[in-house]
Amino acid sequence: MPLHHCELCHIDLDRITVRRGGQTLLQDVSMHIHCGQLTVLIGQNGAGKTTLIRALLGELPHTGLIRHVDGRGLDIPHLRTGYVPQHLQFDREMPLTVRDFMAASLSKRPVWTGVGKKTRALVDKALAAVNAGELADRPLGRCSGGELQRVLLALAMNPAPDLLVLDEPVSGIDRNGLKMFLDTLLDLKQTHHMAILLVSHDLRFVREYADHVILLDKSVLAQGSAESVFSSPEFSAVFGYSGEEEEAE
Amino acid sequence: MDTIYSILGAILPLEAYQYSFMKNAFLAILLLTPLLGLLGTMAVNHQMAFFSDALGHSALTGIGLGIILGLRNDLVAMLVFGIIWAILICVIKQSGSASTDTVISVFSSTSVAAGLLILARGGKFAKYSSLLIGDVLAVTPSDLLWLLLALIGTLILWALLYNSLLLTSVDSFLARSRGIKTRLVECAFVVMVAVAVMLSIRWVGVMLINALLILPAAAGRNLARSSRQHAVWSVVLALFSGLLGLTLSYYLDTSAGASIVLVSALCYAASLAVRGIRK
Repeated sequence: MPLHHCELCHIDLDRITVRRGGQTLLQDVSMHIHCGQLTVLIGQNGAGKTTLIRALLGELPHTGLIRHVDGRGLDIPHLRTGYVPQHLQFDREMPLTVRDFMAASLSKRPVWTGVGKKTRALVDKALAAVNAGELADRPLGRCSGGELQRVLLALAMNPAPDLLVLDEPVSGIDRNGLKMFLDTLLDLKQTHHMAILLVSHDLRFVREYADHVILLDKSVLAQGSAESVFSSPEFSAVFGYSGEEEEAE
Repeated sequence: MDTIYSILGAILPLEAYQYSFMKNAFLAILLLTPLLGLLGTMAVNHQMAFFSDALGHSALTGIGLGIILGLRNDLVAMLVFGIIWAILICVIKQSGSASTDTVISVFSSTSVAAGLLILARGGKFAKYSSLLIGDVLAVTPSDLLWLLLALIGTLILWALLYNSLLLTSVDSFLARSRGIKTRLVECAFVVMVAVAVMLSIRWVGVMLINALLILPAAAGRNLARSSRQHAVWSVVLALFSGLLGLTLSYYLDTSAGASIVLVSALCYAASLAVRGIRK
């Protein structure tokens, strides 16, 4: 699938290949992730979605190029990524408030000595931006799945990234929490004009929210609008049914 | 030193603290327990209680190797060996070859066996038995200077690394995505714990050192909601147990290390009760 010239800034992944322990996890994955768009990565378990994210974040060695390019095709030297993990595997009994957690990431002052005024204001602002202002003094371990996702989003947004990466943020959240989370995300997309890459299993939400959908299975099988990807033969081959049937469910 | 002694004599009108060995012990505890209390908060958060236990055991091997190599100073041998041992465990743990507690158990038993092999040659272990239970009354003024330097060094490193360590203990991948070198940070922490443990082991003893690191922090965790509260509770409880335990040991004629640890254990039990009531 040829990649056409893009008018907006974008992140250009060019033939990303990841091999590990003699296995090829990703083969020649090329895609553009545009600013101001929500790009959603779909695929079965083991298709390499998380692998791609890890490569993108510099966590896994890979071949191929990742470039941050402006509208005229010129390189922007630095790519700042914000990352929202699928879930945090942490000790929920840890004495750590949401404010401690955020302050530890945003300032150098060790949080056991307290949180300074400036940092306090920064944290409050970051939390308010994702409708989580009331969570600041709650222990991190007492937050629900949806609340935790919003805290993680607030963290990923500071300092403001060029590319926001979310690994299945919508699993394990109830419907209300999910709607709130996605609306927040859309709001951020519009106000900050950032590129967002999101991994999702929930095809109904993909149809509703995605600007661009990429179907992955070791390499890119199909990409385009949700409609076009869901009606592609590759989609039926991967998921065993067509997008129309999904709609009927 | 004399000035410090006279100040201590003035503020501690107890018979116990008329003796300079008790004053030295008092000062050692004053320096040591906040250090262990602070480091303990992160050891507990990182679920490293078992690790620090293994580290304490490695002191036996350190002293043993010191003897073989003909080093006069036990402390240097213990420090060098403890640091190397700590980094080794850290690297092997990070390579993910076996589950962490298995790796630590292998290291712990190996170091105890190697240490005993050397120290108990020809049935001479009795000479070293004070290593196991510690002797807080053997503190000398030069030991105190070492402790003070260690406390300052650790506090500086602690201030620099704390936030990174905290994020790493929550989620290491997330921490790395924010530019934290989690492996380096973890190893640096482990080395700090190794230094603190080796500096205190002669007075507290191999068998009890871990309790001083873990118990106040574990109790503090039951009482605290935030990082700051955790640090404050942990240091306060460590100091309280240390000083009360030392004083009691004088009047009851018991082992100082054991008395301190038992007071810590009581504090832990009390913290559990408080937590139960709050819920």
